[in-house]
Amino acid sequence: MEYLKIENLRKTFGGVVAVDNVSFDVEQGTLLGIIGPNGSGKTTTVNLITGFLKPDSGKVLFKGRDIAGLRASKITNLGIGRTFQMVKPFYRLPAFKNLVVPLFSPRVKRMGGHYGEKDTLALDILEDIGFERDSAVPYKPASILPHGYLKRLEMARVIALQSELIVFDELYSGLTLAEVASISPMIEKLIETGKTIIMVEHRLKELFKIAHKIVVLDQGKKIAEGSPREIMKQPSVKKAYLGVEL
Amino acid sequence: MSTERRRERIDRPIKAVTDDIFCLSSMREIAYLVIPRILPIVGLLLLGFLVPTYWRKVIVITFIMGMMALSWDFMASCGLTSLGQALFFAIGAYSSAAVNHYLGLPIYLSIPLGTLIGAIISTACIYPALGLRGIYFSMVTLIIPLMLMRVVETTGILGGTEGITGLTHFPGMFITTTISMAALWATFFGLRRLIDSDYGHIFVALKDNDRAVEASGLSIRWFKVQAIFIGSAICCFCGAFMTHYYMSVGMSAFAVDLSIFPIAASVVGGMGTLAGPLLGAIILGPLSEALRTFGSFRVVIYAALLGTFIVTLPEGLFPYLARKYQQIERWVEAPGGISED
Amino acid sequence: MLVYGFINSVILMMIALGFSITFGISRVANFSHGGFYILGGILTWYGLIKLGLPYFLSAGLSIIIVGIIGAVMYRVVLVRLRGLELSEVIATFSLGIVILELLRGLGVFGYEFRNPVFIDGSVEIFGVGVGIQRIIIVCAGAVLLLILHVFVHHTKMGLAFRGVAQQEHTALSVGINPDQVSMLSLAMGSIMCALAAVLILPLGVISVDEGYDILIKALAVCIIGGLESTLGVLVAAFIIGYIEVLTSMYISSSLTSVIPLACMLVILLIRPSGIFGKSKEIEERV
Repeated sequence: MEYLKIENLRKTFGGVVAVDNVSFDVEQGTLLGIIGPNGSGKTTTVNLITGFLKPDSGKVLFKGRDIAGLRASKITNLGIGRTFQMVKPFYRLPAFKNLVVPLFSPRVKRMGGHYGEKDTLALDILEDIGFERDSAVPYKPASILPHGYLKRLEMARVIALQSELIVFDELYSGLTLAEVASISPMIEKLIETGKTIIMVEHRLKELFKIAHKIVVLDQGKKIAEGSPREIMKQPSVKKAYLGVEL
Repeated sequence: MSTERRRERIDRPIKAVTDDIFCLSSMREIAYLVIPRILPIVGLLLLGFLVPTYWRKVIVITFIMGMMALSWDFMASCGLTSLGQALFFAIGAYSSAAVNHYLGLPIYLSIPLGTLIGAIISTACIYPALGLRGIYFSMVTLIIPLMLMRVVETTGILGGTEGITGLTHFPGMFITTTISMAALWATFFGLRRLIDSDYGHIFVALKDNDRAVEASGLSIRWFKVQAIFIGSAICCFCGAFMTHYYMSVGMSAFAVDLSIFPIAASVVGGMGTLAGPLLGAIILGPLSEALRTFGSFRVVIYAALLGTFIVTLPEGLFPYLARKYQQIERWVEAPGGISED
Repeated sequence: MLVYGFINSVILMMIALGFSITFGISRVANFSHGGFYILGGILTWYGLIKLGLPYFLSAGLSIIIVGIIGAVMYRVVLVRLRGLELSEVIATFSLGIVILELLRGLGVFGYEFRNPVFIDGSVEIFGVGVGIQRIIIVCAGAVLLLILHVFVHHTKMGLAFRGVAQQEHTALSVGINPDQVSMLSLAMGSIMCALAAVLILPLGVISVDEGYDILIKALAVCIIGGLESTLGVLVAAFIIGYIEVLTSMYISSSLTSVIPLACMLVILLIRPSGIFGKSKEIEERV
């Protein structure tokens, strides 16, 4: 039984086919990269998997159970966490209180595994993700944090949720090379601890270093699938990207 | 060459000192902190019990309106901007009236029951609209009370246009004032506590970013239901209270001015601060009483005031006063012409 | 029944169109719609009865005045609140109330406040007698829709309007001033609103409460149809229009005003963005 299996997923927006019969599967403990030019349906695919959109047809089988069309919060509680391409912090709350919200979720309650106050736990998670604990940063309202911290805050949320399958939607976009270099090891660490990861990414170089498998989308269709090495050789991928050196 | 000037704002030294609780060292500093907190409580106590009877009635109404404003502000800070707070008021009023009139329950049962039943009905009424956000939600909340009013009017249920009359009255003015004042402070401190708690942060998050709340594994619809329940319960209490205060309930419970008042109070006082709406209600309540002779122009003045405030002082009176209290402002020259702030 | 349903629907459409146009272009929900409607009617009445102007002059003038008020409202008030949805709503809502309650305070109440019909008389359609005024309304509605379609799709200004409606910042970068377009959209919405008032009000008495009714009806139609879709407004108007007529004929005329509410709640439960609302599905699901 596959861990996550996408079968003939299809989504149209008023005549425009955003995702057209896409199928692929993800094995437990691996990192799948989804790439493709702008408008190829990557983010839509993520939204379909995580329940933020309802597919027109097709199945999303998570550990054998069809989760397509369930509410996003339900899917999150089943163990699929996601980040957003455009960061979505709670601007009026301090950074560490941003993590207190997911700590209220039924999933965290069910998983247990933490003692003490939610605040302490939130600060612990933030420290792991690169917020200096003794500094003022975790206590600042999210509205004044720089972009790099907000991206980490997005990551921290899925960690707080103890998600087993994590979907990163363009995590690296808008980050400097140094920031990418500091986040990549964290992702590798997540895989080492047994998490499964789907990454939608434009920064191919960084992605290919850590991905086990790549799915290429173009205009809503899957045009290639395979290991990073195989993908780089595919002429159809080059054509889709046209001008992007791989 | 003209030099631009900008306004510079600096915290008063005493504010900087008293920000840290460990540094309180003089009576002056203690007074700086305590006076703005004690003053309104003592002031309202004196006002509530010492003024002549006629004005005491006004003050009771002001308290109730203050609670409506608090409830509106709470819901607005959860991202649920209602233009029809009268709906909750009316449902609460009719529920407690029905309980009192048809079932013959005494007043100390009919008000709590009316509040509870009313909050449940209100939440059910608003439930279909909970999938909507921002102005879409506002539009629907504007429509529902006016439509429900039509239903009561045309079908003649619950007394129709006549309303329900002859309800039990409060035992005395002293008790009325006490209950309304206690309820007001309980609402104020309760809501403030709620917003500051971890549980309350979910409501704040709801407005900031509902998709991220969903991605945090929390069903936003469920938390919106809770927010509406809390908010409407407060209004339903107001409705139930006023019903017994007037000993009758009628179509006027749905009136537009009941929806406008909480908004006006919040905007004048400062949205999202809880203390602001309270201040706004305390200013607008007596004012509207003084304007009673103007009849329908009263609503005009309200609405005009509302419009003026939202354009000229969008932050509201309370944050404005708080700033004046805590900061020194002065004009300094800004080479290069920096605009204010 | 068929005929009356049709007329009723066109009336609803005319009422809702102004609101929908303004919202569709500038995203300003003009809650003073009802106020403008009654203002348009009462100005016409004032010009006609008190000043003794010819009917069409007075009607034209009042339409222009209301249009100007709409534009001024944008210039003076809304331009400072752009983007703050809540403040926009409160500002327009309070202006609408100021207009309506002011008129009430000035004593607009009673049978004397009544515009005469354009042409008296009636004709028979499918065996039903129909007042000429109603026929004028239907024709005007059709012409209005046609003009609107041509304007939006075949003129430069229409293109600018659509540009601002879709992406304000991009429109700004190609030299369209969104503020100007928004102001025009408000003026247009107000003009349509006053036009509807001039055409429809002769059928009844001008009353302040009607102003609130109009706002509710316009909102209900727009919500059911999908807020920014003209086609949606048309379809929703016909749905509500016919259901209203059917209810008053077969169930009870007193329930007519409840029907839009019921329709709206049902639609909201099934499709929150309305029948033709293309608004982002992602947002709607959350």
